[in-house]
Amino acid sequence: MEIPIKDESSNCCTSKRWNGYAVGAGIGILSWLVFAIVDKPLGMSTEVSKWAGWLVGAVRGEEAMLANSYWASKTPAFGYSTIFLIFTLIGATVSALLGGDFKWEKVPREWENQFGNGVGKRYVAAFLGGVLLLFGARLAGGCTSGHGISGSMQLAASGWLFFAALFITGMGTAKFLFRSN
Amino acid sequence: MNLPISTSSMTGLILAACFGFFFGFLLNKGGVTDYNVIVNFFRLKDWTVLKVMLTAIIVGGIGVAALHAMGLASYHIKPLLLGGVLIGGGLFGIGMAVCGYCPGTGVAAMGTGSLHAGVGFLGMLVGSIAYAYSHSWFKANLLGKGDMGEVRLNEAVPIGEFGWWAVLLVAFVGFVWSLARWKRLHRASA
Repeated sequence: MEIPIKDESSNCCTSKRWNGYAVGAGIGILSWLVFAIVDKPLGMSTEVSKWAGWLVGAVRGEEAMLANSYWASKTPAFGYSTIFLIFTLIGATVSALLGGDFKWEKVPREWENQFGNGVGKRYVAAFLGGVLLLFGARLAGGCTSGHGISGSMQLAASGWLFFAALFITGMGTAKFLFRSN
Repeated sequence: MNLPISTSSMTGLILAACFGFFFGFLLNKGGVTDYNVIVNFFRLKDWTVLKVMLTAIIVGGIGVAALHAMGLASYHIKPLLLGGVLIGGGLFGIGMAVCGYCPGTGVAAMGTGSLHAGVGFLGMLVGSIAYAYSHSWFKANLLGKGDMGEVRLNEAVPIGEFGWWAVLLVAFVGFVWSLARWKRLHRASA
């Protein structure tokens, strides 16, 4: 992927990064809109679980999937959240292409500094991390967006506690992983 | 126009595309689709994640509370299941440090060309399947433990909703100020 060369005419969309506070304010304003217009807080992990349900349905048949007590209560169905997930990906792609941030990345810099440039090792870690992420999110009933942002901004105790719990174990894990660096 | 708009209507689906697009766009512009930024948040070397999240909570929260006070928004409080939230949140934190993304930033990162985020997404699907097949056990043995209900901070410490926002706003301004000061001192000594 060719990275566009920036010139003097670059505007805000073609800059690679915005100020973190400005981006946070943007997500906050997005929350006003979703609460007021569609009455549905931002969230991501429930939709990922539904995709997993489709996968199981495709392999084992829809009946077998719906016999599961989790998917029976959160029935996978194409809808609002499916489109939201797909367009989150598209929005990031457009932003990255405009800002020259798009690149096919197999091993990120900080990982390479610690563990070398082997792709296999990084992929195994990414996969296992992903397993823990969604297993944890389902146990807790939400993820960084559902609990951490949407929950906390409604002053939900569950959101703040989730944020605190993930911060503590995440910090400990990073300390362990990057101990020699 | 009657609000809220049903999420299953055609307008609702078009809005889903707009909101999702805006969300993904912001996540990338904020830098949180970058593995290094998220991992360095946990290593206390990069404050981007905290800047984005805390500002989103403060700006979003005060606005949503105002909308709610005017009768223009309703709350959706997730229950505080102590066992589930603590253990689930703890596992989530380990996963986030190892994977380098959370579900939202991972999906967005796939859109920016991160192939390892794609592998992480496959892991997320497997994690969901593993949870679904153990759901009934956790429901019976863990989720009911320490169920405090849909509790809010202003119910635990009754200083009023806007009292809470005043406190959080002061704490947030303190955070912004300290970070700026720390950066200035750090640069001066470096």
